[in-house]
Amino acid sequence: MDPDLILRDVYFRYDSQWCLEGIDFELKRGEIVGIIGPNGSGKSTLLKIMDGLLRIQKGEILLFNKPISRYRRGDIARHIAMVPQEETFRFSFLVSEVVLMGRFSHLGLFPFEGKADLEIANQSMSLTGTLNLATRSIHELSGGERQRVLIARALTQRAQIILLDEPTSFLDIRHKVETFELISYLTLTQGLSVIIVSHDISLAAQYCHRMLLLNNGVVYKIGEPAEVITADNISAVYQCPVLVDNNPISKTPRVTILSKRKDSKEETV
Amino acid sequence: MNGMKDNKEQSILPHPAKRERQWITPLKVVYTVLLLTVMLVIIALISLSLGPAKISLKDIFTWLIGYNTIDQTAWMILFKIRLPRILLAGLVGFTLSLGGVVFQALLRNPLAEPFILGISSGAAVGAIIGIFFGLGFTFGVPLLSFMGALFTVLLVMGISSRHGGLESSTLLLTGVIINAFFTAVIMFFIATTSDSRLHSMLFWLYGDLSQSKYVQLSIGLPFILIVSGIIYIFSRHFNLIVGGEESALQMGVEVELLKWISFLGISLIIGIAVSFSGIIGFVGLIVPHLMRMILGSDHRLLIPASSLGGAIFLIAADTLARTIISPSELPVGVITAFLGAPFFIYLLKSRGSQWTRT
Repeated sequence: MDPDLILRDVYFRYDSQWCLEGIDFELKRGEIVGIIGPNGSGKSTLLKIMDGLLRIQKGEILLFNKPISRYRRGDIARHIAMVPQEETFRFSFLVSEVVLMGRFSHLGLFPFEGKADLEIANQSMSLTGTLNLATRSIHELSGGERQRVLIARALTQRAQIILLDEPTSFLDIRHKVETFELISYLTLTQGLSVIIVSHDISLAAQYCHRMLLLNNGVVYKIGEPAEVITADNISAVYQCPVLVDNNPISKTPRVTILSKRKDSKEETV
Repeated sequence: MNGMKDNKEQSILPHPAKRERQWITPLKVVYTVLLLTVMLVIIALISLSLGPAKISLKDIFTWLIGYNTIDQTAWMILFKIRLPRILLAGLVGFTLSLGGVVFQALLRNPLAEPFILGISSGAAVGAIIGIFFGLGFTFGVPLLSFMGALFTVLLVMGISSRHGGLESSTLLLTGVIINAFFTAVIMFFIATTSDSRLHSMLFWLYGDLSQSKYVQLSIGLPFILIVSGIIYIFSRHFNLIVGGEESALQMGVEVELLKWISFLGISLIIGIAVSFSGIIGFVGLIVPHLMRMILGSDHRLLIPASSLGGAIFLIAADTLARTIISPSELPVGVITAFLGAPFFIYLLKSRGSQWTRT
């Protein structure tokens, strides 16, 4: 089967300086790819160009073998869903209303959600554990709850590809794990293809099939977690001394940050 | 703590019947619109019966169903003086409130109102120049005022557009600057006028519906109907815009197209409304917020409810304006501000700035 999404020698810039240079990438069906890299390395920008939100200057992006620039916005929304880093609602919407917004691109001329749409929204809320929040205002939620609602909304879009931009950044460890578990469950059961930007390198390594290490807008290394997450690669890109060993249970790479003070406690990412 | 809270999550599912009420159905929109229309008709009938000449509601009713006749003078007062004014007040209130709700959504700003892009000051400059040169209130002044409004909006949008896109914060800032500039022009004309035209100018600046004519209605109505129809088609797009332009785009909204259509369409009808009524503040700010508190933020319900609510509010306010110090009259903007400002402060104090629904 052809890959769902293909990037060929993609270049992008906001102003005069290239933010992304010569990106080559393929997303296969049912695969979870983690994108890691330091702040400002272009991770979020890369997600946005994959979703067609930003227009690339050079190269080519194929979504299901058709250039993404030839899709209309509504068509892209039926193929790709995105969970943004965060979102501020200026006016109060109920959680159920926010989740139902995911149906936007599926509604026709008649602008009201039907029974089937409600059913899909309900399923997404139950998968993300947000059903009990349905009647609450989006303003009353904690950062973690809001992030799960945004994931529920993305699921409600019923797209083949889901892009997540640091979905675990506001979550406690339990919800971090649950988010990755959910993503992995969805790829297994529904064959979704997922790209996830994350700073939780060790956790992402446990769930991602492949990882892409981005440095200054260039792909530094792409491959299986064990190939990408090595002490040399991580130290070089993040410019921070690290120790990489194997997680005793999952045998996936585990990153430990080495502080400059030898006697201080060390921290695992 | 967190664990306890989350355990409840699995067990308490909302009751299905209760869940049904959480989203907007076409029926809910129809009921709300019907209810507000009935209120609108009642307010209009009450307003029709009020004024210096005593014509009671009972007289109007019995005449309507053919039990009674009314004399020529009463007929003239009802249909040549009061009715066009009530209809125009309704139309202007409808338009201002629609403008308010759309601008608040597009600019993602609770303080946005229909005049925020400087339409009012542009219209005012046109109107005041018209009054200064002694033009009539049926065509001359409205025409100049409309041209002023349109010129201002195109100027503001032209300045704010970059690479074909309209950036909200730039729009707001440009609107503020243009407002400040035109206020200076207005003050210049006011300072150099001293005769009865000054009274007309000041009334215009605070909103004045005493010059209402059927011909104004027939000019304004088609535009306002068409634009509000188009806006309603996009009503669910505004819901997504409130969550941010980028995520709206992601979910399938053609954001830039929507912004251009809405800003131009709304500005056109606000320009028309203002050219007939002068600057009536607060309607476009308060009514949408009030409706949002009662009905929630879904624009499929909020847009029709706010527009009709605006019509009801302005008819009531204008009835007060023309009866409260009868036989003399107040500019209607005085009433809307007098009622609106304390109400708005009350909302802010009791609800905070979050505009959450209880």
